[in-house]
Amino acid sequence: MSNDSHYDERHDDAAPGDEHGSTLQGIQTYVFGLILATGLTATSFWVASTHVLWGPGVPIGLCVLAIAQMGIHLVFFLHITTGPDNTNNVLALAFGVLIVFLVVAGSLWIMANLNSNMLPMDQMDRLTNLQMQR
Amino acid sequence: MNASTAPHAPLQPVLDPHRLGHRHGGGGGHGDAAGHGEGGPASKRIIVGYGFWIFLLSDIVMFSAIFASYAVLSGQTAGGPTGAQLFDRTTVAVETGALLISSFLCGLAMIAANARNMLWTQIGLLVTGLFGFVFIALELREFADMIAHGAGPDRSAFLSAFFTLVGCHGMHVSVGLLWLGTMMAQIWAKGFRPTIMRRLMCFSLFWHALDIIWVALFTIVYLLGTLR
Repeated sequence: MSNDSHYDERHDDAAPGDEHGSTLQGIQTYVFGLILATGLTATSFWVASTHVLWGPGVPIGLCVLAIAQMGIHLVFFLHITTGPDNTNNVLALAFGVLIVFLVVAGSLWIMANLNSNMLPMDQMDRLTNLQMQR
Repeated sequence: MNASTAPHAPLQPVLDPHRLGHRHGGGGGHGDAAGHGEGGPASKRIIVGYGFWIFLLSDIVMFSAIFASYAVLSGQTAGGPTGAQLFDRTTVAVETGALLISSFLCGLAMIAANARNMLWTQIGLLVTGLFGFVFIALELREFADMIAHGAGPDRSAFLSAFFTLVGCHGMHVSVGLLWLGTMMAQIWAKGFRPTIMRRLMCFSLFWHALDIIWVALFTIVYLLGTLR
């Protein structure tokens, strides 16, 4: 039973960056986002320069802080939400994230593999010299 | 109720008999638009915004390739200076702050534009541009310093990758500043027309996306590059 009132309750899609609400609500969203982003940035710089934290954990901590801050930017500045009007935007974003992950992780993996299978440079030079002497 | 059965139909030419482009134009407007699912195509603002969103994601994919090459090459200094010797965290912190505030002010300018307030829109965009300019000026000074000390892009694979990555982001910000100036002039000359508002929306998306890329950049290049 799908009648007209059912359709009328459906909302339009939202363009990325579009926000519904009053001017004051909009400003509040941006201010809140700015506070969170500033906090995360300050934490990142602190984590990178302090000696209090366990050294080997710092790079992972910095990556987590960066990803968190990107999430803050997406939600509060670009207004990408989980709402039904944002499904298309989120799906496009998910696909983009997948490609980014494949490109970055794939490149690092392949190049690390290549590096460990390659002859070190000094040995390579010795081999070349041997061949030239022959 | 079908338009072709209405008595006045022969007098009014039906420009869009299948209502392909008229989701929001009268007559119920949903349910039976041919080939467009329920309700037909979305409004132009949503289509433009979505298309630009996909462009931004492809731009981010391009950046990811440059990030990957930087990550692979960051140790290949060829006996030259390393990141820890070159980078100054204070400069990076100021750059980060400038770009973050710029992104925030761009959002406020968009709110002013949506409220059709010319004065605050122009002020917001102007200050957005000023902070963006501070960012670019600091980055250019850093580049000039490095090149003057013999650490130009031709010194090592690490520095080639560094200048490609950071320079590509700086190029995006510079183009964004040109776009910003154009938008200020267009809003001033043409007012808040729908076309101008769509361009302004695309600009703000672009500006926010550049800040997201900078978050990855300052973390991976500057902070991870200068760990003790």
